[in-house]
Amino acid sequence: MTRMAATRDGYGQALLDMASNEKVVVLEADLGKSTKSLHFRKAYPERTVSCGIGEQNMMLTAAGLAASGYIPFASTFAIFTERAFEQMRNGIARPNLPVHLCGSHGGTHTGTDGSSAQSIEDLAIFRTLPNVVVLHPCDDVSTRVLTNQLIELNQPSYTRTARNKTPVFYDGRENEVTIGKGVVLNTGSDVAIIACGVMVSEAMKAAESLATKGINAAVVDMHTIKPLDTELIDKLARDCGALVTAEDHNIIGGLGGSVAEFLSSNIPTPLERVGVKDRFGESGQAAEMLDLMEISAPFIALAAERAINRKQ
Amino acid sequence: MTMSIDELEELARRCRVEIVKMVYRAQAGHPGGSLSEIDLLCALYGNYLRVKPDDPEWDDRDRFILSKGHASPGMYAILAEMNFISSQDLESYRVLGGVCQGHVDSKWCPGVDFSAGSLGMGLSFGMGCAVAGRLSNSNRNVFVMLGDGEIQEGSVWEAAMAAKHHELGNLKVILDCNRIQNDDFCETQMRMFDIPAKWRSFGWDVKEIDGHNMEQITEGLDFLVQNKANPSVLIAHTIKGKGVSYMEDNPAFHGAAPNDEQYSVAMSELGEVVS
Repeated sequence: MTRMAATRDGYGQALLDMASNEKVVVLEADLGKSTKSLHFRKAYPERTVSCGIGEQNMMLTAAGLAASGYIPFASTFAIFTERAFEQMRNGIARPNLPVHLCGSHGGTHTGTDGSSAQSIEDLAIFRTLPNVVVLHPCDDVSTRVLTNQLIELNQPSYTRTARNKTPVFYDGRENEVTIGKGVVLNTGSDVAIIACGVMVSEAMKAAESLATKGINAAVVDMHTIKPLDTELIDKLARDCGALVTAEDHNIIGGLGGSVAEFLSSNIPTPLERVGVKDRFGESGQAAEMLDLMEISAPFIALAAERAINRKQ
Repeated sequence: MTMSIDELEELARRCRVEIVKMVYRAQAGHPGGSLSEIDLLCALYGNYLRVKPDDPEWDDRDRFILSKGHASPGMYAILAEMNFISSQDLESYRVLGGVCQGHVDSKWCPGVDFSAGSLGMGLSFGMGCAVAGRLSNSNRNVFVMLGDGEIQEGSVWEAAMAAKHHELGNLKVILDCNRIQNDDFCETQMRMFDIPAKWRSFGWDVKEIDGHNMEQITEGLDFLVQNKANPSVLIAHTIKGKGVSYMEDNPAFHGAAPNDEQYSVAMSELGEVVS
């Protein structure tokens, strides 16, 4: 039986892992119970800064801490990180301060709260900021490992986590997870599906259904959106000749956009992008949302066949 | 060694000359708010701020955050006087590759703690510095200079509320109330009503002074550094463009450079002989 877990729990665990470093501080904007920073707050209240419902102030308070030698980890819902985008841009990215921002409850998968809570732009907007590393892990284990690696980064980062549980892939495989390196979870030679976050498990399901048709699909967990693992994408393009990206994010500017930018300039290859088709969501269960947005496993499989048909 | 009132006034005069020169050379920049803040900056740097020009990154320095970062000529002038940068560096204001970027920038200029340019951000950054000071068991102070127009930004009040919530007695605001913002007088753009009452209602201790009277400025800065119980704000009533007659109280010189004739008048009024 596959273990199920939410990536946000991996974030909460990672904060506790890092607590022995006295420079680690945690900032909250009244959503610590949701983003899972609450465990750190309970254990280390003196190193936790409550900013109330004030994301703009939280981001720059974190910047001031980082400029004073601390390593701040700030979190709120992914959607509310967008409210403080300019603070991230001018106050953190521009002076290249190691502030680590986590946006939980990202994507339409967050579900019944409806479209106001479903961030489908975060990966795109933070990717456009110089100096900022952008992560979107697929399970609690990899989230925990990647978050622990941020402490050595010495530059700002944005990590999107998810509210709801998804299958865990990395139990016992922790050492395969490194910032900036995609992970091949399934090998295949006909098409490569590059996915991130909650879409990784959907991509694995798509690969299973493609296999029943005799199609061998590689599946890659591209947990780091920026810097993109272009070496791996180049290899996949050469080996498979057709690619699919899959993300619970607007089809504009996220993982798909990022991969398309690389391919078009370096190794033009048929690419089908599975993502939210430039529209807003609505209230619904996580699985219902992926179907409504036409990004669940069957749609990935269809996209894979389209990509294969486009091979010269 | 403490600077006397006379010395501070002469320091401010020299800085005013450099402010006008910078903006004139660049034919761009913000003279009005630089001239309104400069007496405050001279007293702060001259007698209060614990910094080391030969070690600008000294961990335990007091922090100074110019949140109204467009008033950078004022800060560059005092940084040059304090030997954080050279007088030649002032010629790099708004010039490609220059340490004196259009808005103060910590990546470019020694002695600059905060990369400014977007209003309403400095107090939150200062709050982070103040929390860090407390976590480090340091008694260093964090000074943040805000403009009065700037406090129209809502995030300033997020920070004001949070600073009192966290009882940051090491956080000090100097509010340069020159009554003018980019487009016009504040009164026209966005009335702010009782500014001292607003700060008091957020739990801050407040003192008001004439921001061009060095004796009052000294009393005001004494109040800030001695007050460790609460975050505190010094509300300095100033005149935008102070020291240059045609710039004084004139919204046109928020962000405009003098022409040749105006430049000569300014130098003359500031007691500087132009060769």
